[in-house]
Amino acid sequence: MNPSAGSGAGSAVGSVLGSVARRVRSVLPPIVVGVGLLVAWQLFVQVRHIKPYLLPPPSAIWHQIASNRSGILHAARVTGTNALVGLLAGLVLGVGAGAVASRFRWLGELTIPVAVAVNAIPIIALVPIFNNMFSTTSAIPRRLMVTIIVFFPIFMNTLRGLTQVDATKEELMRSYAASPGTVLRKVRVPHALPFLFTGLKIASSLSVIAAVVAEYFGGLQDGLGSHIVSAASNSAYGRAWAFVAASCALGLAFYFVTILAERVFVPWQPARRSR
Amino acid sequence: MSGPSGGGRVGGGGPVGGGGPAVLVAGVSKVFNPGRTGQVEAVRGVDLEIERGEFISLIGPSGCGKSTLLRLVANLTDPTSGTVIVNGKTARQARLDQAYGMAFQQSGLFEWRTVTKNIELPLELRGWDRVRRQSRAAEMLKLVKLEDFADHHPWELSGGMQQRVAIARALAFDPPLLLMDEPFGALDEMTREHMQAELNRICEATGTTAVFVTHSIPEAVFLSDRVVVLSPRPGRIVTVVEVELGARNDDTRETPEFFKKITEVREALRGSA
Repeated sequence: MNPSAGSGAGSAVGSVLGSVARRVRSVLPPIVVGVGLLVAWQLFVQVRHIKPYLLPPPSAIWHQIASNRSGILHAARVTGTNALVGLLAGLVLGVGAGAVASRFRWLGELTIPVAVAVNAIPIIALVPIFNNMFSTTSAIPRRLMVTIIVFFPIFMNTLRGLTQVDATKEELMRSYAASPGTVLRKVRVPHALPFLFTGLKIASSLSVIAAVVAEYFGGLQDGLGSHIVSAASNSAYGRAWAFVAASCALGLAFYFVTILAERVFVPWQPARRSR
Repeated sequence: MSGPSGGGRVGGGGPVGGGGPAVLVAGVSKVFNPGRTGQVEAVRGVDLEIERGEFISLIGPSGCGKSTLLRLVANLTDPTSGTVIVNGKTARQARLDQAYGMAFQQSGLFEWRTVTKNIELPLELRGWDRVRRQSRAAEMLKLVKLEDFADHHPWELSGGMQQRVAIARALAFDPPLLLMDEPFGALDEMTREHMQAELNRICEATGTTAVFVTHSIPEAVFLSDRVVVLSPRPGRIVTVVEVELGARNDDTRETPEFFKKITEVREALRGSA
């Protein structure tokens, strides 16, 4: 980060050390807690002689992860692609619908109750129906599922961000005789960006969950979800947990990429929070 | 207070140097939601003439329509009856020509813009090029004494500093008229008095005509050439108190004349209730 770090000025070295120390201080506690939990888990399973079908020890899961590496990576790539494609489609649809609904207030008032109602349906239950609509070799049902599930948080947050500009800013733009297009570009869109990322952070985790769980209901069986099901039904509990761990990692990866994107596109927002 | 300096203004092409008043309000009334359940008569039959370079305060009990009167001048709302003329133009035309700057109780700064970029916003909308915008923003920052905060974001500033940026933004394109709606209402007393002195200095320096809404009597007296006292809703002008304090500084607040004017405004407010 600091280009002058190597050039040897005492204060520069000091500040680099300081920032490293700060980073270590913020990263260390969660790592310590995580490692501690794993150790406690391992000890608990060994000391109490817990049966593997109830809870395998982390060492067994790790062993399964190591020996199934290529299978896990392949399945994670498949599920990750499904989640990503569905998420991007949901992003385009959600932002588009939010933009249209914010432009016409009556449309917003009309669509919000519908969107809330649709969101209340256990949408994952529609997967078997989607599977019948498309061929068994099609990846579309899973991706469609992801799209529908991520649509709601993205749509609602986009709409909120575009419409809930505070009155002072609106009046100010009016006093400048700014055109609606200018207000959209200079005020509504930048105002909506942090809201959009709030929605995206929810949606990014949801997309992986949806992509994994959709496979529980049949369809193409090559992702993380179907491996969890087949391993569990073959009493290979360590392997099932290995794929669960991969699903967690994939979900976290999606979430962190979203946070990184937020830092790039909404630089004023994270800075404000850290203060 | 000094009169308008005349030359050098960028006044939207209107007859700035002409002899007419800066603001002319004639027989203006405002009824919100007429004929419906939420009908509210905010302002009734207001006549007011504001000279160029004058500093006018509007004061009255809360809900008396003083903000509405300011918004009528700004053409943020239309009068139910009567006319508003700003620098010889209709209020609407004056708004379209950006013939005034405005500041509110909330600073209304844009979080995603730095202090400089916030001040540049009205200039961007007027199509000024980058070099001209930057040099004007630097000039305005000097005026409100915030040169060191040019590249900061609004949340890094205190409330008083944010209001100073908002005022700098309102004055950036050199409008002949500055409209302010309780801009210091959210500030603590010490900051507030400091800001009043700053505003006084800025208006003296620029010769800007100012209309200032407040519910603080000392604030109105300290800042104004005339204090317009409004009645409870529907707002009518009860009386106009002329304030002749000459050049103002912190000592002004302890002069007998200052206290006399405060008493005068207070009694007018009491009499109207």
